[in-house]
Amino acid sequence: MPLQVQGEVLSIRRVGAYQAMTVVAPGIPELTRPGHFVALAVGGPESSMLLRRSFAVYDVKDRGVYGGTVEFVFAVHGKGTEWLSRRQPRDPIDIVGPLGKPFRLPKTAVNATLVGGGYGSAPLLPLATVLRERGCRVDVVLGAGSADRLFGQLEAKRMSDSIAITTDDGTAGTRGRVSDVLPGVLDKAKTDVVYACGPMPMLRAVSDLCAERGIPCQVAVEEAMACGIGVCMTCVLPVIGEDGLTRMVRSCVEGPVFLGDRVRWDDVGTVPADAVGAPRS
Amino acid sequence: MTGTSTTTDMSTTLAGVRFPNPVFTASGCAAAGQELQQFFDVASLGGVVTKSIMLAARSGRATPRMAETPSGMLNSIGLQGPGIDAFLEKDLAWLHGKGARAVVSIAGGSVEDYATLASRLRGHDGIAMVEVNISCPNVESRGEVFACDPRAASAVVSAVRKNVAPGIPVFAKLSPDVTDIALIARSCVDAGADGLSLINTLLGMVIDTDTMRPKLAGVTGGLSGPAIRPVAVRCTWQVHQALPDVPILGMGGIRTGLDALELLLAGASAVSVGTTVFNDPTAPVRILRELQQALADRGIERLSDVVGLAHRPLDPPQPTVPTGPIGDLLPEEVEA
Repeated sequence: MPLQVQGEVLSIRRVGAYQAMTVVAPGIPELTRPGHFVALAVGGPESSMLLRRSFAVYDVKDRGVYGGTVEFVFAVHGKGTEWLSRRQPRDPIDIVGPLGKPFRLPKTAVNATLVGGGYGSAPLLPLATVLRERGCRVDVVLGAGSADRLFGQLEAKRMSDSIAITTDDGTAGTRGRVSDVLPGVLDKAKTDVVYACGPMPMLRAVSDLCAERGIPCQVAVEEAMACGIGVCMTCVLPVIGEDGLTRMVRSCVEGPVFLGDRVRWDDVGTVPADAVGAPRS
Repeated sequence: MTGTSTTTDMSTTLAGVRFPNPVFTASGCAAAGQELQQFFDVASLGGVVTKSIMLAARSGRATPRMAETPSGMLNSIGLQGPGIDAFLEKDLAWLHGKGARAVVSIAGGSVEDYATLASRLRGHDGIAMVEVNISCPNVESRGEVFACDPRAASAVVSAVRKNVAPGIPVFAKLSPDVTDIALIARSCVDAGADGLSLINTLLGMVIDTDTMRPKLAGVTGGLSGPAIRPVAVRCTWQVHQALPDVPILGMGGIRTGLDALELLLAGASAVSVGTTVFNDPTAPVRILRELQQALADRGIERLSDVVGLAHRPLDPPQPTVPTGPIGDLLPEEVEA
């Protein structure tokens, strides 16, 4: 059950090409699990930017000197994130969370491989902590366009059994994509389950590789959202349900975490003709 | 302004149905209430206007469905929904169970669709009103928006009114994208509409300057949010002026209690809060609180006293020419 909190910025720091913001938001940390996200109002109460900006939760502290805090990572893409990046400690900020369905956790100690693209690694790091606590083997693959667009590689290295890094331009790790190195990692780690977060093309590639090997894969998708709470119907994508039927489902409430083999990757951005309620032509 | 002890009677009556307060959700901006229930009790609102429901399940349009615009947004959802059967069984039953007053919005592709939808509502508890969405800009055949043609609008409203149980008001939701909204309003009322919902979104478009293509998959979409509020005020004003006895549910960019008051003053008897919910999920209850305070600050005892108040005649001119400094400033004779 999400809360709307009139929070306060505790800190904001630059991490490579990204910003990591910590917000004092009492009540939200206790409810947050890895994979949940928060939605922030930007621009203040009179803002001309009405739509909330949603970010996966990176870290939470449910007790601290300042009360519970939520930390998330973002890149400056437009006016809303630019406004966020200019916040100072003690600035008020309206935050709603936790939102969405978090990653489902294995009941036994399995071998888990975590694949993050860009700052998509942010929700995977707390997931790694939880998996380690459950006795899982954790292997990590991080990829980005360039070295400054990797997030959390030192932390990932510390909490994983192995780490592989790729960059498109070769400024860190192997030159190439995560999908180039992932097959080797899956084989070596005898991976039982994969968790991924990052850009849609990466999630698709990871899902395809897992499907070929019959490895269950959970992906946290990034779809444009207006509200984050399930009322606006803008963040839909075609997903196959338990009954085998494809529906346009809201990534904010039915996701953002989906089973990779349930997402109709070829059809994202469209309404497949066989989807429930698709236009008859 | 503080220290006032005025407690305003916030109740309002729409076509004979009394609501405890005048703040409703807006169709398409609150689903069927369950998501907002996580933030506040939807039964505390005047009513919950549900997302327009069609006969069959509907997938809606492709993505992107949304673009942010200055003080607003453009959407092209395409009436995604579960269809009337699932809606009645799950959503309406849930609203009724919570004690919420449901205003069921219906949408169809033909007059027969609307008639069938209206008759399907019979016998279901918890329906306070029916809102007929004849103005969605995101249907496949945009040239056939019923609310843009007085005869088409009249045919739909008449079919709905005949099939909805007597005693349940039927409100027609109109588009501002017409030359003379009062003309369409009159056609709807003549066809049996008990009231009018004003306004639906304005048809708009955004082009992405990076991809150099339309930003929405549906190319055009409905513009909503505070950007359109002056249009909503104007439409409400014009329709109230033409049809002063017809109740209006006013909407379009309401973000604060004062915004709500503005629409009431223009002639609305109640208001719907729409796009603002995306920005602030607790906005409807906040706006209700702010409106109540604004009325109390003005010493208003009954909400109904402000409905259409902006239409009152100008105060009569002073009987005598003021004397003193102001009088001294008056010109002695009018110059040609």
